[in-house]
Amino acid sequence: MTDYSEAFKDIPGTVIFDATQSRLGYHLNMFCMALMKEENRLAFKADERAFLKKFPMSAEQCQAVLDRDYNRMISLGGNIYFLAKLGATDGCSFQNLASKMTGSTEDEYREMMIAGGRPAEGNRSKSEWKNHG
Amino acid sequence: MARIVAGVGCSHVPAIGAAIDLGKTGDPYWQPLFKGFEFSRQWIAAERPDVVILVYNDHASAFSLELIPTFAIGCAAQFQPADEGWGPRPVPVVEGHPGLAWHIAQSTILDEFDMTIVNKMDVDHGLTVPLSLMFGQPAAWPCKVIPLAVNVVQYPPPTGNRCYQLGHAIRKAVASFDRDLKVMIFGTGGMSHQLQGPRAGLINSEFDRRFLDQLSADPDGLARIQHIEYVREAGSEGIELVMWLIMRGALEEQVRELYRFYHVPASNTAVGHIILENPR
Repeated sequence: MTDYSEAFKDIPGTVIFDATQSRLGYHLNMFCMALMKEENRLAFKADERAFLKKFPMSAEQCQAVLDRDYNRMISLGGNIYFLAKLGATDGCSFQNLASKMTGSTEDEYREMMIAGGRPAEGNRSKSEWKNHG
Repeated sequence: MARIVAGVGCSHVPAIGAAIDLGKTGDPYWQPLFKGFEFSRQWIAAERPDVVILVYNDHASAFSLELIPTFAIGCAAQFQPADEGWGPRPVPVVEGHPGLAWHIAQSTILDEFDMTIVNKMDVDHGLTVPLSLMFGQPAAWPCKVIPLAVNVVQYPPPTGNRCYQLGHAIRKAVASFDRDLKVMIFGTGGMSHQLQGPRAGLINSEFDRRFLDQLSADPDGLARIQHIEYVREAGSEGIELVMWLIMRGALEEQVRELYRFYHVPASNTAVGHIILENPR
């Protein structure tokens, strides 16, 4: 099982939602789950910090939510399908979130997708990403 | 006796649902995609299946991290469209087929697949977008639908081979159901896409086209693809393609590819669509 999870770590720019991440991110993801209800969306929007206190999340996780730092939320155990509910609360589509996570503008990202997306070539292994910032 | 007449592979991108619901299907961005499903809508309207077994994944709508079933079969009479944070999609309630669903649950469990039986479950875009693509916007869905939810969110998801084998067990189950029903099975999700992190936007058309080729010609080979290969080649959410193997496994060994469509992009995703028919 360790080898199973380890193997994914060679893939660049990707966090696999395995047992470790799921345990780390349980409360962060359950906070996002609460945003499925309109009343909770309103309460969160009215006072973000107060709403976050209802969930036993780490200070780093809370800060990442307040900052809307999706890559940081993912590294702290967030799963994209749960985080998308935070995005929806802000009126952000998956494409908007994806542009944020890749450090591009929404237009740039959209253009990249229309041009055929990010190729697999050069993006399969961390060894190919050595020159990335 | 019940019989499976055809399998449909189909992506289930949420933005497709939004485009339909907001009346944007004629926009230049969306028009080519919806054109690719015109044949399929005519075909399925003529075929008139009684029941569709719809293999999809829940996206943290019905199942949170509290409960994560690997294979869950919906045995209820009705399933409500889920509120995924934008309000529920304005689509008809999904009518189930409890008789056949319970029969499949029983038969596959006795065949050593430990299915989770679900009597209350809201269904999200994973299930409703393929219905919209195939049936348009009717006042009521024209057939019964048996939701079969597969975990592909929490790792590890089931292996491709396990999905393929489950398909075989579903084939056997349907064939032993003592009512004259015309059944189809949809395998949904994919194709290549990655929604998370700096590698988001990954598309691998070569992988996708090979997958579509192999679906009819070499499903045994497809069933051997490991999780790591899906993620490396088709992106972290490309793992959803294991669900197409349940559909393929439920069909006969020899099938006829009736139709195929492939389009990049729908939002972040490569859209694949295929219709495979069993021999008559």
